[in-house]
Amino acid sequence: MSIGVMFRELMGGMGVTVSIFFLTLLFSLPLGLVVAFLRMSRLKPVSLITGIYISIMRGTPLMLQLIVIYFSPYYVFHVKISSSFRFVAVIIAFALNYAAYFAEIYRSGIQSVPRGQYEAAHVLGYDRRQTFARIILPQVLKRVLPPITNEVITLVKDTSLSFAIATAEMFTIAKQIAAKEASIMPLMAAGLFYYIFNLVVAWACERLEKHYSYYRI
Amino acid sequence: MSEVLLEISHMKKAFNGQEVLKDISLSVSQGEVVSIIGPSGGGKSTLLRCATMLETMDGGSLRYLDRYAAREEDGHCVYASAQELREIGRMFGLVFQNFNLFPHYTVLKNITEPQLLSGTEGAQAEKRARDLLTDLGLSDKADAYPFQLSGGQQQRVSIARALALGPKILFFDEPTSALDPELTGEVLRVIRQLADEHMTMIIVTHEMQFAKELSDRIIFLEHGCIEAEGTPEELFSSGNARVSDFVGRFRL
Repeated sequence: MSIGVMFRELMGGMGVTVSIFFLTLLFSLPLGLVVAFLRMSRLKPVSLITGIYISIMRGTPLMLQLIVIYFSPYYVFHVKISSSFRFVAVIIAFALNYAAYFAEIYRSGIQSVPRGQYEAAHVLGYDRRQTFARIILPQVLKRVLPPITNEVITLVKDTSLSFAIATAEMFTIAKQIAAKEASIMPLMAAGLFYYIFNLVVAWACERLEKHYSYYRI
Repeated sequence: MSEVLLEISHMKKAFNGQEVLKDISLSVSQGEVVSIIGPSGGGKSTLLRCATMLETMDGGSLRYLDRYAAREEDGHCVYASAQELREIGRMFGLVFQNFNLFPHYTVLKNITEPQLLSGTEGAQAEKRARDLLTDLGLSDKADAYPFQLSGGQQQRVSIARALALGPKILFFDEPTSALDPELTGEVLRVIRQLADEHMTMIIVTHEMQFAKELSDRIIFLEHGCIEAEGTPEELFSSGNARVSDFVGRFRL
């Protein structure tokens, strides 16, 4: 197989990889904020259950979570699994898993805003909603940007785990070609693709951090 | 006798069973400047935080003009509705020890946004903010962010921010304690200027000389009780051994 054909096939898988990446962020970034609030809830059962959820998501392999979610319709509801469910299962598993990590990042970010900011806002007549939206959240976003960047970079590489349920993303395809051609070249090429993808991600995150550097906390 | 703006009666507050305030009663009239002094842990800050409703008190009543924020009923302290408390909250302002400016806003926005949220129209809010900044000698700092200012400048901005809402009473919680000695002067000057304009103020402070010069009345708080109270002359020549001991340590 020529290098040109190999690159073209890998690029085909890259589309799926990029879709997994963006859809996961689209769902997990807001979901993480919701989970963070549930975690900080004053209702003990709510924060306890959320704590268990986060603990399981962080404490078990993402690959296992993928498999469990992919096969759960069959084992729990006895529904036949269609192959189109593969991609859906990947997005569900990734979104649930990353939401847990993001939730903990948001939580530490929210808790690191000094009490005085809430008190000043309160005394100045801001209600709870205005205090959070105008005073707290912007400062939280600035604080969480570096750890979020870390997670996002990990996500680029984690997309390759979806080979566990045979999703046709780039790494799965690279493995297939490597097996067929008995060559390590396709895997190396895939590695190069991930690296370039991450250079772009890191650059974008850095831009965002710069955008927030007009003030200091 | 001028109008009573603030009336605290029999205020009590405990944290985890530890009584921090025991039966504090205090009333402040229009135009008065009252300083609260006393050793650390004596309850000064808690008194201020209960009066500004940042802490809920356990017993007693709290009244601004003719409106009760909290009153004692059958031995319990009952607070007014959230709406009523919001409206009462507009009667006073609070200046914090650590300024608590909003770091992501410019100086101007720190002062205008609270006004806008309380219903002031945009151009008017900005004019008021700029006028205050000019009064406090900060007109060139309108577009700066708090981190670009010295502590004294930040504290002056936070005073402007509180004044912009037109409070009837202004509370100060150790306004110079977080400042380098050479920066306290500019903040004290502003407070003195406000006293000259007959702003009603309650000031928790360790600046004895300042309290003596400025106050109409000084309250000495220790162990959660008002140990002594009076004009600066009365208090500084007090026969109370504990008070003269405390005050004496500051007379160098």
